[in-house]
Formats: sequence, structure tokens, C-alpha cells
Amino acid sequence: MKVGVVTFPGTLDDRDAARAVDAAGATSVALWHKEADLKGVDAVILPGGFSYGDYLRCGAISRFAPVMEKIIDAANGGMPLLGICNGFQVLCEAHLLPGALTRNHELHFLCHDQRLVIENTSTAWTSSFTKGQEVVIPLKNGEGSFQCDDPTLAMLEAEGRIIARYVGENPNGSRNLIAGITNERGNVVGLMPHPEHAINPLTGPTADGLGFFTSVLKAMVK
Amino acid sequence: MALDTVAVATANPETSQPFAELGLKPDEYARIKEILGRRPTSSELAMYSVMWSEHCSYKSSKVHLKQFGDKAVKTDALLVGIGENAGVVDVGQGYAVTFKIESHNHPSFVEPYQGAATGIGGIVRDILTMGARPIAVMDPLRFGPADAVDTRRVLPGIIAGVGGYGNCLGLPNIGGEVVFDETYLGNPLVNALCIGVMKHSDIKLAKAAGAGNLVVLYGAKTGGDGIGGVSVLASETFESTGPAKRPAVQVGDPFVEKVLIECSLEIFAADLVVGIQDLGGAGLSCATSELASGGSGGMRVELDRVPLRDASLSPEEILMSESQERMCAIVEPKNIDKFLEICKKWDVTVTVIGEVTDGDRLEITWHGELIVDVPPRTVAHEGPVYNRPLAKPEYVDRVNAEVIDVALPSTAAEIKAAVLKLAGAPNLADKSWVTAQYDRYVQGNTIQSQPDDSGMVRIDEKTNLGVAVATDANANWSYLNPYEGAKLALAEAARNIATAGAKPLAVTNCLNFGSPEDPGVMWQFAESVRGLADGCLEMGLPVTGGNVSFYNQTGAVAILPTPVIGVLGVIDDVRTRTPMSFDKAGLELYLLGDTENDIAGSEWAYLHGQRGGKAPIADLQREMRLIDLLVAGRIDKVFVAAHDLSQGGLSATLTEMVLRHNVGATINLENVGQMLISESPGRVVVAVENAKALGALASKFKISLTKLGVTGGDALQINDASIPLTELRKAHTETFPKLFG
Repeated sequence: MKVGVVTFPGTLDDRDAARAVDAAGATSVALWHKEADLKGVDAVILPGGFSYGDYLRCGAISRFAPVMEKIIDAANGGMPLLGICNGFQVLCEAHLLPGALTRNHELHFLCHDQRLVIENTSTAWTSSFTKGQEVVIPLKNGEGSFQCDDPTLAMLEAEGRIIARYVGENPNGSRNLIAGITNERGNVVGLMPHPEHAINPLTGPTADGLGFFTSVLKAMVK
Repeated sequence: MALDTVAVATANPETSQPFAELGLKPDEYARIKEILGRRPTSSELAMYSVMWSEHCSYKSSKVHLKQFGDKAVKTDALLVGIGENAGVVDVGQGYAVTFKIESHNHPSFVEPYQGAATGIGGIVRDILTMGARPIAVMDPLRFGPADAVDTRRVLPGIIAGVGGYGNCLGLPNIGGEVVFDETYLGNPLVNALCIGVMKHSDIKLAKAAGAGNLVVLYGAKTGGDGIGGVSVLASETFESTGPAKRPAVQVGDPFVEKVLIECSLEIFAADLVVGIQDLGGAGLSCATSELASGGSGGMRVELDRVPLRDASLSPEEILMSESQERMCAIVEPKNIDKFLEICKKWDVTVTVIGEVTDGDRLEITWHGELIVDVPPRTVAHEGPVYNRPLAKPEYVDRVNAEVIDVALPSTAAEIKAAVLKLAGAPNLADKSWVTAQYDRYVQGNTIQSQPDDSGMVRIDEKTNLGVAVATDANANWSYLNPYEGAKLALAEAARNIATAGAKPLAVTNCLNFGSPEDPGVMWQFAESVRGLADGCLEMGLPVTGGNVSFYNQTGAVAILPTPVIGVLGVIDDVRTRTPMSFDKAGLELYLLGDTENDIAGSEWAYLHGQRGGKAPIADLQREMRLIDLLVAGRIDKVFVAAHDLSQGGLSATLTEMVLRHNVGATINLENVGQMLISESPGRVVVAVENAKALGALASKFKISLTKLGVTGGDALQINDASIPLTELRKAHTETFPKLFG
């Protein structure tokens, strides 16, 4: 099982995401933004960082990278695709997911250990969890406030497409405490917090994040 | 203005030149003329002025800093010593670690966000230049009073700048300091430390060897920012009536630096450079003259080939520009195609601007005309050296004679009030408001970060080898006794490494002082350097490099002498580190070390407006025994937790320990006031399951052991005083959001 991890200029968490993929038992494959080649991977992760310096808008430039054309085609064909933080922003810019991520309501970059509740366990990236399970993984971003219009929010709620919500105080002003969402088909997931930083209590708050990476392994085996 | 070429300068020896405006003294200008045998061209004058500035030349500090060489520790651990961009230390398993700390004080006062951001950017490039992958940053910061109006302008900007730049580079911020004192009001201190790791064989040096090799400039284009930043900003005292100096502050672009880091590491991995230098203070003047000096001396540069952001820049401005995110490499012609290809992959601008020659002159041309023709060593290394007058300031004996007269807590109510007061004091309060703005997780190797005693990162995922770094300064003690103050800061930083069980290996420093033209400040500086050099020799820790920041004063008021000492340690298995706190009840708490009547210079005295008295005398032999005890105890699994005592004494240490995992403690103290408040050095609180093993360690290493109490409960109980953890947490955490939220 091969999982591609994309590096854009300014990507930061690519090595962390690859480590998490390997720790889950899959094989990570580095994908380069300029190459329109998925190298035969079974799933793709768009990791966190500040691709293109977050200039213009977060994710707005990366969305046009040559590798993204292939990724968008494959995702539309059902390939599992996870966008973490900046990757989530790219997925929104690419219209694979609805909504947008805007500046945190307190206008600071915020890095802390965040409690989440997993609400949808039927996606390619969340099947290792149980519904209602609470996990703690790091949240770290400056533009993590999930926003969308009322009809979109109602649709996401009605279709159960909110995969994880923040527990407790709203850390960034996201609507309905949304931490992550999925597409209709359940193969594309965007998540603001960083599960790749919670795969080992030695270097993260917990190992709770590993579940996202073992989930996709199960999805691919099916 | 007509181009001032070497020919023009030779033909017009009497042309008047603005050397004073560029920060050069008349005798320095005369010496340049003597070296060249003619007046300098305006480009040469620009180069000499920035390179002979205090910031670049260390002209006031050199005569003192040579003690670090004279008193050097004999060690095999130091792979590269003082003089290169950063020292390199052998940490075992074939790994080498480089670390260095630098100041960006003045730019951060003028323009807090960009000043702090480019402080991070500069130190990261220094580390990269050694051939290392940067793996973490730390930021010791000092500000005016927490409630001062200007602190509310400066602090949020500096924190955002440190975070904005460091976060975007993907470097975890693993610690630092936030300290407030009146003397920093017009002179905040922004010191930035970076750590990098490489294999021994990957070390790179700043030298331009081999005639015919190419001089390659890559990274950002050169703009008009930061021109004269070094000479104008870093080397002049602020005058309240002077004009705003904002144009001399550089503007950073962390995205460009991130790409530059990855591009450079790929170039290093392919072994494509002979020598390399980053462009920081003094820009191209520094990079070309230092690279040429590092080789045989000969280099020819076509300055008009430098890619510009602003086409109207003059050659003088290009030589002085401190535009960020630029590197200069020496590349053999056979490797240039591969070099250009890697730059293209990362979309990094790259230009061959010259070549190494077999001569001994640095020659720079502008559209074919010779505008610089100098012996590069005279620019880079043979600047003026001053043995400035120094004199013990009159205040020292006066304040040393003062008797500290503050009431110490004794009743239950007083104990509770004192613990809560210290817990919420800006210097001791919870710093999450600051550290939550920094990414501490990126790279996935962070083992410890703030509020731990030291930052710790894993450097090998298979063997779990790691390094720990701590920075410390105690300016209150340095004010009372700069010699002991430097030793005590060294001991504290080393102890902060050792509480986790890491073994201290090497030292870096950032020496922040007032004006060297004041004999009293110069005395403080000389005493601090002497103390640090003596301390390092006694503790067997080599000094790998450092930085001096003078002129931290507004008008006649200098900052407290603030030597920030960084210590690097190694731990063979990060999984076995001793954490700073306990997460269960029923453990026994002990104090290692002796508590004396050390109220002078303490946070308690400061809170009561008293700055006098005598600083403690450092007992480094005892500090070394304590360090050995802590390392041995970690290896033998004696400790459940260990936490250093420093500012705020036992009160602050217990507060931090019980709040970390929300597990209280019951403490019984004799002489409770002094025990809680005193800041005697060389002390650590440990939590153990087995007091017998601890007793054996204490007698083996001859360290005093005092039983404090046991862990458990939802309060910090000290004698008859009970402080609920909820109340303690509120006091500890509300200070920063209230002040800056």
C-alpha cells in the first residue's frame, strides 16, 4: 500500500506525514508539486505548511500545481485524499471540499493540544475510530476558522459530513466547531488539526492521530 | 553622482568623504587611507564602514573575548570553534550539532515584527551555512515593565515576528525566556538561538579556495532594505530626539528562506560547494570579504550582475544592503551546471557574480570599471581593536552594601499570598500566551519545550539520540556582581540541561550590554567575560561562539548587564529523560542543594522595589557534582521528575510542578520564608518513588538532601497554608492574557 505525500514549496509537515504513514504500516512516497505523476500511489496526503508562503490566499496557488491536476482527477475517481491544515485549505481552493478557512478569530497563530470528537467514521480516513470518540491532537495554524454559507452548513450537518468537531471552547471561530469535513463520497477529507504530530506520546500529546493513517490502510485493502 | 572608481579616487585624493556619517572615527578613516595608500572609493568606504562597525568587527570586545581562546577547554568534542559562522560539536554516533545565539535588539525596537522575524532568519542562515539542517529555535526575550505602554507595542509585535518567521520555516520553537525590567524599556532584547544537525563529513566552512572557482549568489534579489543597518542601527545609541530609523531595518520573507534552506541542503548533499557564507549583517561586503579572507585572498566580483529588486540602487548601496534570504557559494566550474539545476528545481534566483583569483586582492567592478580593490583581510578581520577604558562603576559598592529589608512570609495567610503573588508576577507567570503562537511540533522530534527546563529534540529516530539546549541569564545578579552573575547563568543553563538527565557539552553566548564608551559598562562587560571564561574552564565546557550586542542604552540609562548563556547537552536515549513534573500522587519530594539567605537579586526583592545586596558566589564544583548526580539518577531511573530552582525560588518551582499535570503536593518547611523565597543557586526539586536510592546518590555526590513532602491532592499545601490548584492556576495563567490579550 503506497501513500503519496505532496511537497509544495513551503510545505513543512511532509516528513511528519510520511513518518505517520510508515508508522501505520503503509509505504510513503514523496510527490513533487511540479511533476504531474502520482507514481502509482493508492492514496494521497496534502500536508501542512505555508505553501507558496500563503501568499494571495492560503492554498490558492498550490491548487494550480501540475501534481494537483492528477490528484483532483484521481480523487474524483474515488482515491482517498487527506488534506491537513494547509492541505485542507488547498482542497477548499480546489473545490474538492466546500467552504473556506479564514483567520483565527483572535488573529494569532495558535498551537496547542486540541480535544476533538470524531463524528463520522465511515470515511476513508476515519474508519479506525468509533463514533463519538474523543481524541487529542495538536492544532497549529493562523487561518483555521472554517466558514461557509448557511445552506452549505445545513447540508454538511444533514449529510453527516462533519467528521470531527472541536470539544470545549472554540479555538478559532470555526462555524459549528468544525475541525474537519468530508466530500459526499467520503474519500476526500480535510482536517485542520495535525494527526501526524500525534503518532507517539514521545513527540506528541498522544498517539491518537495514528487512527487517520490506519483508516486509509483499511480503506485500500477493501 | 559620477561613479567613484579606484582611478578617480587616486586622481582626486582630497575629495571630502562622509566617513563620520557612516559611523567611522577620524583615526579609522585615516587607517583605511594608510592601508590603501590612497583615499577609499565610496564603495570601499561603504564596505569598511559596515565591516568595521562594532556589530561586525567586535572592536571593543575583541581584547576581552580572546580569553575564551586563552582559557580554552581541552576537548575533542569541538569540531569547529570560534570564528566560523557557528561552532560545531560532536554529539556521538557520527552526528555533529551546531548552535549559536545572536541578538537583533535594535531592529526589534524600531520595527518589532520585522526586527524579530529577521533575527530568526539570520541565525537560521548561520546554522545552515555550516552545512547543517536547522532543527529548532529558541528566543530569550527581555522587555520593559509588563504594564508599560511601549511594552504593549513592542512585545506582541516581537512575539508575532518570532512566530511568523519561525513557524513558516518549519522550525519548532523549543524554549526561551520572557523577562521584564525597567531598563529594557527603550532597549528590548531579542536574542535568537538556532540548532542544526549534520553528519561530521558534511561540515562546510566560509572559504573561497581555488583560483577559477565561481562566486555564486543565490536566494532573494537585493533590495534597498537594511542599508547601513549594521553601522547605523547596531552601533549607535538611540537618542530620543533623533529621526526614526525604520528604513534601516530589513524586511524578511520566510517563504523564500524555507525554499532556500531546502535548496541549500540539496546542494550540500550533492557536495557542490567549496565554501559558503550567508548574507546577514553587512550583506555582500561581509560575504565577499570573509570568503576571500578564508581562502588565499583573491576574488573578482562583477557587482552589476547582482540581481536587484530596485534597479536604481547604487553600487555602494548594493554592497551595504542587508536584504534577507541570500547566500553566497564558491563552486567549482565543473559543478556549476548541477548547482544551477537544483536552484531551478526550487525556483531560486541564482547568478554567477565573480570568480576566485590567484591574487590577494578583492576586486569589485561596476560595468567594467574597478570600484573596489582591497586586501580582504583588512576589511573582514583586521579592523580596529580598542582597549577601551574601564572602571568599576560607583554603584557597585554602594548597592552591595545595602541590606535587603523585605518581609518574608511566615503565617499561613502570608505564605499563600506570597506563593500567589510570585505565581502571577509577569517574570514568573505562565507564558502560554507567548508559546502558543509558536509551532513546537513541526519536524516531529520535539521531546521537551516550554515550560520544561530545557528544550530537547531527538536527532536520530532509530537510536533515540537527542540534544537539549537551555538559555539563561540573571541580570539582577549580574548587576550586583557581573563576574559571579555570568558564572551563575552558566551554571543555571547547565543545570537546566541536567535536570532532564542530559550531559552538558558546550556553550554559546549572547552578551547584551550598554555603551562600550562608558567605562562602567565596559567594566561590567569585562567582568562578565572573565566570569564566563573562568566558569567554562572550570566546568570543562568549551565556548563554541557567541555574539556581542553593545549600545543597548537610551540616553544615559544602560540595560542591566545581560549575558545570556546557552548550553547544549546530549542524551543517549530521549525516552529515558527525566520529566519536569509528576502526574501521580504518593511520590516523595526532595530538595537537592543548600538554601542560604539569598534574597538579594531575587524576584521577591524586585517585587518589593529592592535591587541591592550581594549576589551569591557560584560554587561550580558543587554545580558539577549536582549535574553528575542528575545524569546518574536519570540513567539509574531514580527520578520520576526533576525541576530546577531559579527565579522565584522554591515557590515558583513547586507552582510549576503541581500545575503541570494538576497533581498537588503537601510540603512541610522549616524556616519557611527563606526556604520559599531564597534563590540560592545549585538546587533542584526531585520526585522519587524510592528515597533510598536518592539518598545513596546524594551522599555519593556530596549534595545536601532535604525532604519537602509528598505529591497528591488538589491543592499546594505548604505548612498550614492550603492553596487550591484552581486558585493557583488562575493566578499563574491570567497575567499574560490580562496584559496583552
